[in-house]
Amino acid sequence: MTATETDTGPIETDCVIVGAGPCGLFAVFELGLLDIRAHLIDILDRPGGQCAELYPEKPIYDIPALPVVSGQGLVDALMEQIKPFEPTFHLGERVDALERLPDGRFRLRTDRDKEFVTKVIVIAAGGGSFTPKRPPLPGIEAFEGQSVFYSVRRMSDFEGRDILIVGGGDSALDWTLNLQPIARSLTLMHRRDEFRGAPHSVEKMRQLVASGAMKLVIGQMTGLEGENGELAKVHVKTKAGDETLVADRLMPFFGLTMKLGPLADWGLNLEENLIPVDTEKFETSEPGIFAIGDINTYPGKLKLILSGFHEAALMAQAANRVIYPDRKVVFQYTTSSSSLQKKLGVR
Amino acid sequence: MAKITFIQHDGKSQTIEAEKGLTVMEAAKKNMVPGIDAECGGACACATCHVYVDPAWTGVVGKPAEMEADMLDFAFDVRDESRLSCQIKVSDAIDGLVLRVPAKQF
Repeated sequence: MTATETDTGPIETDCVIVGAGPCGLFAVFELGLLDIRAHLIDILDRPGGQCAELYPEKPIYDIPALPVVSGQGLVDALMEQIKPFEPTFHLGERVDALERLPDGRFRLRTDRDKEFVTKVIVIAAGGGSFTPKRPPLPGIEAFEGQSVFYSVRRMSDFEGRDILIVGGGDSALDWTLNLQPIARSLTLMHRRDEFRGAPHSVEKMRQLVASGAMKLVIGQMTGLEGENGELAKVHVKTKAGDETLVADRLMPFFGLTMKLGPLADWGLNLEENLIPVDTEKFETSEPGIFAIGDINTYPGKLKLILSGFHEAALMAQAANRVIYPDRKVVFQYTTSSSSLQKKLGVR
Repeated sequence: MAKITFIQHDGKSQTIEAEKGLTVMEAAKKNMVPGIDAECGGACACATCHVYVDPAWTGVVGKPAEMEADMLDFAFDVRDESRLSCQIKVSDAIDGLVLRVPAKQF
């Protein structure tokens, strides 16, 4: 269900949901019952937000009617529940810019230059967008994008380089295996000689080390050295003492953290990095832009998934009035309404 | 109640009365100890409540379990005495515990 991209201008739609965590996903359901189709944009490469990224295996005990469900289990169930409404996912993308058009609609642009024109925006961005953790090494900012990378956009940036990869998970191992053939030299460094990554990747890495094709260092970074954004050396601490590694490319993999990001510049009122909303429509200071889930705030707010679900239901009613100002909606129950059941594909 | 002392990177120290049954992270948050971020809220999913256990106490507090050791990979400047404070339970046994807070939680 990933969007098929065309170069024929912006995607025109009724509703764009920013964030594909549990609240964004359930919003698809509530909007869908009102015949509003949604596009979802998320910086992660899969739906589920924090549930999928931070605690897929961990149990949640406070979802109504589910005594226990794992983070991933909840996401899978929501994906199943919203299937009838055929949402379009735009994954691995971050919304960078938002502007109001003269006709009252909004234009959104992502960091991949995809554009949307929409009547309604639902911000379900949780704690903000997931961004790679930056090691707290003095001066690291100056090297970023030139010598220090948190992802690979162009392999050519790494060709013939002395690469240092730091971390012990799948990202570190995968990029070790992918970049080793094109590197001048490659060193993988981890704080301990135990890796969280897939066993076969660990095994392949160890074979490369044994054959002398790459180096494995058990240690931690303490400082960077270089000039004008060009990294030359990385100072490290190992059990044996301090060492200096020659490296002109560094990839640190220390997981992700959540940052509010460009959303802070959309002209919405903010209170301590949260978006204040009313509790009737869950609308922001900008009519037509709604905020649900952990990202919003109001008197008595609880950061619970179940609260986000309730917010999604009320938001959908209000969004409907923005999108179809003339339409009269009769409140119905999914248990008894044949028209709602038809939308859900029941029978 | 158990007394727990947090020593900041700059040497400032603060002793709190921690309620039994809480985690050390929860007790630290309750008492507004700086430098314990606990971004994930105690799910052992973020490594932003990293502390160094005073060497005199490492035997009492113990070593991290496997899940916690994995999560410590996401912390910075991890040492032998590193623990995630959300994984240490407050009990009589740790009355008097001394912890050091890292310069940065990443």
